[in-house]
Amino acid sequence: MKRVYTKEEACIGCRLCEVHCLTEHSRSKNIIKAHKKEFPRALSRVLVEELRPVSFAVQCRHCDEPVCVEACITGAITKDESGKVVHDEEKCVGCWTCVLVCPHGAPRRDLERKKVAKCDLCPDRETPACVEMCPNRALVYEER
Amino acid sequence: MSYVIIGNSVAAVGAIEAIRRIDKEMPITVISDEPYAVYSRPLISELLAGQVKQEMMGYRSPDFYERHGVEAKLGTRVVSIDPKKKTVKTEAGESIGYNKLLIATGGTPFVPPMKGRELGRVMTFIKMDDAKRIEEMLPELKHVVVIGAGLIGLKAAESLHHRGVKVTVVELANRVMATVLDVEAGKVVQDALENAGVDIVTGDTVDEILGDTAGLVNGIKMQSGEALDCDAVIVAIGVVPNAAFAKASGVEVNRGIITDDHMRTNLPDVYAAGDVTEGLDYLSGDNRVMPIWPNAYIQGKIAGFNMAGEDREFTGGLAVNSIELFGVPVVTAGMSNVDSDDLEVLKKSAGYAYRKIVLRDNKVVGAVLVGNIDRAGLVTGLIREQIDISGMRERLLADDFGYIDFPVELRKERLGVAL
Repeated sequence: MKRVYTKEEACIGCRLCEVHCLTEHSRSKNIIKAHKKEFPRALSRVLVEELRPVSFAVQCRHCDEPVCVEACITGAITKDESGKVVHDEEKCVGCWTCVLVCPHGAPRRDLERKKVAKCDLCPDRETPACVEMCPNRALVYEER
Repeated sequence: MSYVIIGNSVAAVGAIEAIRRIDKEMPITVISDEPYAVYSRPLISELLAGQVKQEMMGYRSPDFYERHGVEAKLGTRVVSIDPKKKTVKTEAGESIGYNKLLIATGGTPFVPPMKGRELGRVMTFIKMDDAKRIEEMLPELKHVVVIGAGLIGLKAAESLHHRGVKVTVVELANRVMATVLDVEAGKVVQDALENAGVDIVTGDTVDEILGDTAGLVNGIKMQSGEALDCDAVIVAIGVVPNAAFAKASGVEVNRGIITDDHMRTNLPDVYAAGDVTEGLDYLSGDNRVMPIWPNAYIQGKIAGFNMAGEDREFTGGLAVNSIELFGVPVVTAGMSNVDSDDLEVLKKSAGYAYRKIVLRDNKVVGAVLVGNIDRAGLVTGLIREQIDISGMRERLLADDFGYIDFPVELRKERLGVAL
């Protein structure tokens, strides 16, 4: 399956991937409304780590044997037939077990909704927003 | 011939999903004494609190059994196994043949012998029906005493508090969650509970449950001599493996069913998984009962693969707990509360926040995070993979500890370097 991979050498630490991830997961999908007018605000599912001069983006790796799926107490996280690790927000109760077991620290806590937010590879787009909007092509979406 | 699974919770699901990855043909029969399709046991506290509706309790979608070619015999209790004939016998006298058998019967709440334990409204709290029973009597409950300040007891206390019931928790140890938390972390959690209005009594235990003439609970008497009026008692001291019928049928049982590194029992073609087992503990290398949801799924999965003929080894369970009480999240992993000379402890605390990392030979073997628990999984991953932390020791206590602190090669391997 296609996954998002990061190129540390190309990442400039601008965090535009976070901005566009938040926007894509907002109700309006409008960059300004998403950040200024929507409450609760959407949460970016990608996280940029930085310690100059190194920076890179981290999001769900859609693991082959995902420990989050095994650990989820409500059955909200499943692996679908395409291999994507899918999170059902309706079923999530914010128990944070996936936060505790994901070795990548990928699931983020949305404290206002008391739900987890994780990368869904942007189902409404051909290429995930973080990849498409990265100004220096530091994120790629490809099959390995 | 078919696969037969006794029990219908998370370990059973782990097994079914694994079996169907290998074998799409042979029928699977699931037998459970509960009448419900598989549901999330940990969610009963949210059900009682009114935060989750019954229709959202399902752990898998309603078509789960059909999609996986499973016949679910619900409301049916298994009373014995005949390993020679390869059959199980139900309470109604039905005999069901198996090709491979999985025992995944979970645990039963432990209610110690104490005076008054047979009274009406002395309850336990691990199943859907327990939550429903409490819901039904809620209008009559003003004050409930919970015995035991472990995860189940504290979640029951929080749920009842949300429903307007006064709760007192009585715990024999000197702190709450004493199995996984040290004194400092226990105090943070206890403060959160007490500030919300839950009474906690530590270092004491209930000696006797008192009843009225109608045979209903009306109070308790503690070891210290102190007495309290109450309308119900929830016993939440712990669960013990539900293995008596298996033992009587020749399955080797210590505290739980003893399983090997393939989740096999001593009987041919008989496997066991989940809270009923005494399986391998990854960190100690010993077998022990580890009644934890993710461990049950993984054991079930390993059993399922092996039952279907795919060789898979169980490398051992890792104890992980996540609980949030009155808005304070608490997570623990591994040896979070073990005192030993070969262990080194790093910790820091501030208000409702606490972070503790336990090291052995430059490897993380345990962790407790309270308050800020973001990215806790990075630490759990270090425990599971026993990675040398020499290069990142100073950063382990940082709230923003991340992949940036990992050795470059390891980080690139984990994230998958872009080509």
